[in-house]
Amino acid sequence: MTTRIDKRFADVKKESRAALVTFTMAGDPDYATSVALIKALPKAGADVIELGMPFTDPMADGPSIQAAGLRALTGGQDMKKTLAMVREFRKDNNETPLVLMGYYNPIYIYGVDRFLADAKAAGVDGLIIVDLPPEEDEELCLPALKAGLNFIRLATPTTDDKRLPAVLANTSGFVYYVSITGITGSAVPDSVKVGNAVGRIKRHTKLPVAVGFGVKSAATAKTIAEGADGVVVGSALIDVLRSTLKDGKATPQTVNAVAAVVSDIAGGVRAARKVAAE
Amino acid sequence: MTVQRPNSFRTGPDERGHFGIYGGRFVAETLMPLVLDLEKAYNEAKADAAFQREMESYQAHYIGRPSSLYFAERLTAHFGGAKIYLKREDLNHTGAHKVNNVLGQIMLAMRMGKKRIIAETGAGMHGVATATLCAKFGLQCIVYMGAVDIERQRPNVLRMRMLGAEVRPVTSGANTLKDAVNEALRDWVTNVADTFYCIGTVVGPHPYPAMVRDFQSVIGRETRAQMQDAEGRLPDSLVACIGGGSNAMGLFHPFLDDPSVAIYGVEAAGHGLDKKHAASVTGGRAGVLHGNRTYLLMNDDGQIEEAHSISAGLDYPGIGPEHAWLHDIGRVKFLSATDDEAVAALQLCSRLEGIIPALESAHALARLPEVAGGKPKDHLVVVNLSGRGDKDLDSVAKYLEGGR
Repeated sequence: MTTRIDKRFADVKKESRAALVTFTMAGDPDYATSVALIKALPKAGADVIELGMPFTDPMADGPSIQAAGLRALTGGQDMKKTLAMVREFRKDNNETPLVLMGYYNPIYIYGVDRFLADAKAAGVDGLIIVDLPPEEDEELCLPALKAGLNFIRLATPTTDDKRLPAVLANTSGFVYYVSITGITGSAVPDSVKVGNAVGRIKRHTKLPVAVGFGVKSAATAKTIAEGADGVVVGSALIDVLRSTLKDGKATPQTVNAVAAVVSDIAGGVRAARKVAAE
Repeated sequence: MTVQRPNSFRTGPDERGHFGIYGGRFVAETLMPLVLDLEKAYNEAKADAAFQREMESYQAHYIGRPSSLYFAERLTAHFGGAKIYLKREDLNHTGAHKVNNVLGQIMLAMRMGKKRIIAETGAGMHGVATATLCAKFGLQCIVYMGAVDIERQRPNVLRMRMLGAEVRPVTSGANTLKDAVNEALRDWVTNVADTFYCIGTVVGPHPYPAMVRDFQSVIGRETRAQMQDAEGRLPDSLVACIGGGSNAMGLFHPFLDDPSVAIYGVEAAGHGLDKKHAASVTGGRAGVLHGNRTYLLMNDDGQIEEAHSISAGLDYPGIGPEHAWLHDIGRVKFLSATDDEAVAALQLCSRLEGIIPALESAHALARLPEVAGGKPKDHLVVVNLSGRGDKDLDSVAKYLEGGR
């Protein structure tokens, strides 16, 4: 089965470049702005959309994404609205892959079967659930694969060669390599280490490897794009979004400002000369 | 929910850390290899007689164990029913049961070669215990504490600093214990190579709930032996307060397979179960947070709600997964006590026994009217007096002056 994610990574590879994966939080700072933003992202150069499902206790996220989640929740965002956003997005975009990212509890409470059915129907392509390691695959990963959704796993610097096969076993779509040990939005990645790590993961899988955590600028994006199949940018976009808010509310600049940063980073990604092992 | 009653209540968790449907290992991939390393190291230490002997030696000479099992004559007379015994964990070095667990974890950290210790704390007792043992063994100690808790537990903040620990205020979320756990987890994710996360209660990813329980079970083992000495038989009822539930688990676990022993856990009902409270079993439902599935306070969208209790140590929207399971299978009965009831029980115990209990422990004392009152005179009740109340005097004074 070829999914939107598979097709997008294959297309990008034909262009000899890496994909740009953008993360924004659903409902940040409000539903309408957030919908307008994800609709603007593909035009600005995003190849894959990651949409955060807000959670009160995001234990692997730094201050930027924590605050984004709280803004969304304060604005009344919930799982039903997040799925509604995906349906809105799909009304005029049937090509760009969309991945939901977040924590397990809101899905568990929504009901796993109901969530998978509703997500699939809305046009979701994959899931990244931070607190579901392979040890808990029966919870959501296996049912998601059965429902025809990709389950994208995080691999980290602490995932050694012995553990990688277990992490990759039920992973599909792409592998999300977390380039540093730490929370989102913290230290800047070391490009040599990242390149080596991507090579290490590629010895174990044919899946594309996207690299995230700590990507702040077109320059870091370019460095990573040289060694990876995808570059994930999140906290940097959310920081720009926040800087446009007035009293916590969206302004006319909000969507354009984030889109402008995405264009800039997309330029960095596209300028990279692909040197990764094919 | 139909739950099969096991032959023994003491064999859990299974190899994946499950107590029935509860427990598990719901952590980010970065932490998973560390959690597996910890499990391996703990299993080795558990089987190592030298490790156990060394721990017992520190328990005796540093903590001051065994803690006494004290017959509370005037409380007994006051309620006019069962004989009330207090298990005096308040007499431990650092003033609470927390040190039992910290000793075990710090010895394990040293065995694993970890030199940087992080901890979360609510009331500050776990933070003080961790700072104490880090001082004793020369380890770096960083304690995450909610800004609200720093305010209401100032004496413990000063103690931790005196002991050389760095207290880092947490200003995310509601600035209390739940958020301190989140920050400690974020620290651990960032500093994986050299850091040991010393969790203060029976929550978190496997093996924490089982490991902390094992280190705290010294409370129940001593109680069995001491009650044999005092009365020649087992107690009839056990009562303990439950936030995360480590003092309760430590008292209960050695008695779980004795059907004659009734077991009561007392959650914090805060302003009342229909208002803001911290009673996860009584007022919550099953969900996933902080590495385990357990009962949690949350809204219909799965967003975690803020707990409330006058007692900072019980102010947590979850509970240990083993308690969740013991509730479902009916082995432990869950009760609750409000802020008002806890403060009244603290005053009563202070004036009748000359023992100022921690606000946490006062929640257990608050259910004595039901658990001890009206019972036959030969009924034996043990209350886990999990900590001393000096730290709470400011909060209690403010509460009594200002109402709630």
